[in-house]
Amino acid sequence: MNDPKTVKKIKIGVLCTRIRGDEKLLFEEIRQRDDCELIKINPEHYPYLLTGKVPEVFYEPDVIIDRCINHSVAQYISKILHEAGILIINSPKLINICGDKLLTSLYLETKGVPTAKVKVAYSEKSALKAIEEMGYPCVLKPAVGSWGRLISKVESKTSAEAILEHKAVLGTYHHSIFYIQEYIEKPQRDIRAFVIDGKCIAAIYRYSEHWITNTARGGKATGCEITDEMKQIAKAAQDAIGPGVIALDLFEVPKTKDVPVDINDPSSYKLIINEINHTMEFKNSITTSGVNIPGKMVDYLIKKAKEKIKN
Amino acid sequence: MVECPECAAAMNVASDVEQGEICMCEDCGAELEVKTTEPLKLELAPEAQEDWGQ
Repeated sequence: MNDPKTVKKIKIGVLCTRIRGDEKLLFEEIRQRDDCELIKINPEHYPYLLTGKVPEVFYEPDVIIDRCINHSVAQYISKILHEAGILIINSPKLINICGDKLLTSLYLETKGVPTAKVKVAYSEKSALKAIEEMGYPCVLKPAVGSWGRLISKVESKTSAEAILEHKAVLGTYHHSIFYIQEYIEKPQRDIRAFVIDGKCIAAIYRYSEHWITNTARGGKATGCEITDEMKQIAKAAQDAIGPGVIALDLFEVPKTKDVPVDINDPSSYKLIINEINHTMEFKNSITTSGVNIPGKMVDYLIKKAKEKIKN
Repeated sequence: MVECPECAAAMNVASDVEQGEICMCEDCGAELEVKTTEPLKLELAPEAQEDWGQ
């Protein structure tokens, strides 16, 4: 037996700009392990060069996990750190893909992973054409955004014209990238599946009578058994976007067209991916799923750190 | 005990609070960010930006 005092601790950096309940749970998980040391880093505290050395604090951890609440910060800092030879999880590529719904859909479709149908347009006129082709209802989403914000269910040409006009005057260029998704009639629930290194480690159902089921928007969560289909789609998604720590939003859709989903009959539905999250929130899913999600995350970080040290 | 910078209510903040942590005033519902822990200093947390979230 190694004496815990003489074993070199794995130093885990947690990169975050705001500390929420999720980050605190991750801190607790790292602190309670004898073989780990926590290093908190706020990327807002430092200036950076694009090449050469990054601030010293980033060289101290064996591995860094990105938990930045701002996607744009996460996107750039992960790339800068990766280029400086620092092990950052998730990878800049994965963050780039998952932080942008358009890129997520592109990667999933290209790799043949089941996902909702999407059309993209860059002007109000072509967006209206795309919506008409998609059919009503359909869903308009900002390519970058979260927590179910600024998502619109478009039910008619009149509402499409109004929503497109509103988006055009919202100001930022993001709103002139029109991401149009087919509307999926859900059985008043969807599934949040937590995936690490291609393995589905936990899942919950999110119930809501509203068409938006995000728990940030009031959806209620219950436990969900991990099925073989869930394992397969998790692996396929991870293979498509690269390794890391992600959460999938899954829809149950009819296996046979026009035959509605019966949630008591798994043979009536199949799973498709709606979105993928790269900085997943998990604090409300631990008790519901019965899985120590931050524990699994730390296990993965230790594994990656050891691989890096070995090489 | 610390004073809420928004409504001046006396707030109980957990002893293990961390710098950068977000907490909420139970009186006025304001989201507050812990700027320093010693001394404990709170400021109004920034409004959520378009690119925030998971």
